[in-house]
Amino acid sequence: MNKLIVSPSPHDENYVKTSTIMLNVIIALLPAWGAAIYFFGLRVIPLTAVCIGSCIFFEYICRLLMKRDNTITDLSAVVTGLILAMNLPVTLPYWMAVIGSFVAIVIVKQLFGGLGQNFANPAITARIVLMVSFPAAMTHWVLPLGEKVDAVSAATPLVLKGMTDDKLNEIGQSVPSYLDLFLGKTGGCLGEVSALALLIGGLYLAARKIISLAAPVSFIGSLFLLSWIAGEDPLYQILAGGVFLGAFFMSTDYATTPITTKGKIVFGLGCGIITFVIRHFGSYPEGVSFSILLMNVLTPYIEQLTRTKVLGAKEAEKNEG
Amino acid sequence: MKKLNGIKLKHRKNTENSSTVVFPVPGKVRIPMSMTMGAPCQPLVKVGDEVKVGQKIGDTDAAFSAPVHSGVSGKVTAITDYRNAMGVVCKMVEIETDGAQTVSDEVKPPVVTDKESFIKAVRESGACGLGGAGFPTHIKLNPKTEIDTLIINAAECEPYITADYREMMENPEDIINGINMLKTQLGIKRAKLAIEANKPEAIKNFTAMAENDDTIDIITLPSSYPQGAEKVIIYNSTGRIVNEGELPADSGVIVINVSTIAFLYRYMQTGMPLVTRRLTIDGNAVGEPKNVQAVIGTSFRELLEFCKADIDSIKKLIAGGPMMGMSVPDIDMPVVKTSNALLAINHYDERRTSNCIRCGRCVRVCPLGLMPADIDRAYKIRNIEELKQLKVLLCMNCGSCTYVCPANRKLAETNQLAKSLIPRK
Repeated sequence: MNKLIVSPSPHDENYVKTSTIMLNVIIALLPAWGAAIYFFGLRVIPLTAVCIGSCIFFEYICRLLMKRDNTITDLSAVVTGLILAMNLPVTLPYWMAVIGSFVAIVIVKQLFGGLGQNFANPAITARIVLMVSFPAAMTHWVLPLGEKVDAVSAATPLVLKGMTDDKLNEIGQSVPSYLDLFLGKTGGCLGEVSALALLIGGLYLAARKIISLAAPVSFIGSLFLLSWIAGEDPLYQILAGGVFLGAFFMSTDYATTPITTKGKIVFGLGCGIITFVIRHFGSYPEGVSFSILLMNVLTPYIEQLTRTKVLGAKEAEKNEG
Repeated sequence: MKKLNGIKLKHRKNTENSSTVVFPVPGKVRIPMSMTMGAPCQPLVKVGDEVKVGQKIGDTDAAFSAPVHSGVSGKVTAITDYRNAMGVVCKMVEIETDGAQTVSDEVKPPVVTDKESFIKAVRESGACGLGGAGFPTHIKLNPKTEIDTLIINAAECEPYITADYREMMENPEDIINGINMLKTQLGIKRAKLAIEANKPEAIKNFTAMAENDDTIDIITLPSSYPQGAEKVIIYNSTGRIVNEGELPADSGVIVINVSTIAFLYRYMQTGMPLVTRRLTIDGNAVGEPKNVQAVIGTSFRELLEFCKADIDSIKKLIAGGPMMGMSVPDIDMPVVKTSNALLAINHYDERRTSNCIRCGRCVRVCPLGLMPADIDRAYKIRNIEELKQLKVLLCMNCGSCTYVCPANRKLAETNQLAKSLIPRK
């Protein structure tokens, strides 16, 4: 007979593993990715492949050099690569995408200890680094549905919204309708254009209990309200730009957002407020990435203030530190 | 009232309809002198002594303990040192049975005249919490504070185990009589029999039995683990919160296991102390899962063979349930007072622990509202101040956090280790 194995309780476990969660996130991103192919053409596929491939490669190399367990099988590098691709314009040169992957995986994720240890969202940080480093390439938008893909540089809906009619006539574009914005027939990054596809993915994750809707709802809700109060078109503000992508897939990132529901609501509110401030008062048309990154930085403090209440716990003794 | 967190487990109550089978008296029993919480007993017998059924064979002067009795008649063949599953070292009395099962003269109904003599009788019965924790019953029933509610814990919230359920189905009268006895003896006004919703038959029966007695409430607990945890069952049946550092008695409540109360009633009628118990034998290495009534001291191996277990395939043997039970190192260990189940499992995958992804599942399931992920982090850097603020000392080791962790982190275990870092006053 075998030697009996002695281990601490519990002796049973459920079936949800880290890779299960990551796989579900990938599934949830597929509608938006499919929409990207539909609107921006087949270059979406190699660009995504470059992002995912280089993320996996950097993750593998990092773990090897740091002499740590290999973590490719947890699929988190695939998720990072996919979300990064969603944050890029379809015309971006492949080598820039590789730089983005390097920033995301090596600098933001692995240097801080790998999965779950990073304080900033890898894809968001990579997007910002690329945006600051290659502003022209990162804002080279094309019109959807292959209307002279490589020739025309299109403006994102948030830029268009700010233009006068004369200017719009001059560049020959018009402000997209709500329906276009909702379906994704507009300029922008791969994954951010179709609010509908992102909503489907987000609701799928919520239904599978992978994410909580606390942060997305407070993010989108506060942006809507503030825009409305400020006299902007609130529906346009939430449908245009990266709001849905950011709200459902990045303000719900486990590692870089608070754990408790209270914390998640605070996080979402912060994102909504900062996005509004940047869009309304700043010179920059888009504010989602910056708002999420700034709130990532605040997350440890939000966590401290939004801890759960323990049943029967006495008031914490005053910390003499 | 805020709903407490919990997890949905597969109940796996395969033996719920298996009536208790009496396991024949084995050729030899080995009875450890420490089977309850508290001080180990000293043997009252020596090698060569004849013992009879119900005879006291171990006791101690320590108040926080319970005496040990023999469940067989026969001859003491050895007294050895024994390390139990908790790691406590104590003496163990080995008795070769003679098969006659002659009952000792000591076995006679106790004379109870007042509360004091009642508590004394409870101590002499050797009773302890039969649900698994093994708290000496005479201590529990004799608190210093005023008690207004008696809660009978019939949650049996762990998967597989049906030992308490069979008690409820087979001896419901003993339970009701036991409740009335405790109410009278201890002067408690109300009793609440709390049963988890996955036992509708029992709920139906007891509701009918207590129909005309408005001092006994039958409470249906939600079917979410861990309903049987003391603080959880108190909260869910009375709405009271047991504060940090306090006992249930400080909230005016005593919680007692349903099988314990039935045993106490029978003891007061017959005087036969705690020498046998019912346990559920199950697990995927067991061919015929059963509820078995065994003499305390019977070896696990014999019970497993009795239930057609494939002994060679067993990788893990769990005394108790899969969530809070102890995995035991030796198949020849004996049945003790707290053995409510024996699960023989034929597989064990040692999965690698990976980084915490901060998904928050552990926080969402903790019935007490602890934050295991944060405790894990604070433990890693030995931040004692942080561990105190995170209230790790309140963790009752229900195992829900480890169960749901996608990164396979041993959070419940870490909580127990973290507790040891905090200096006790």
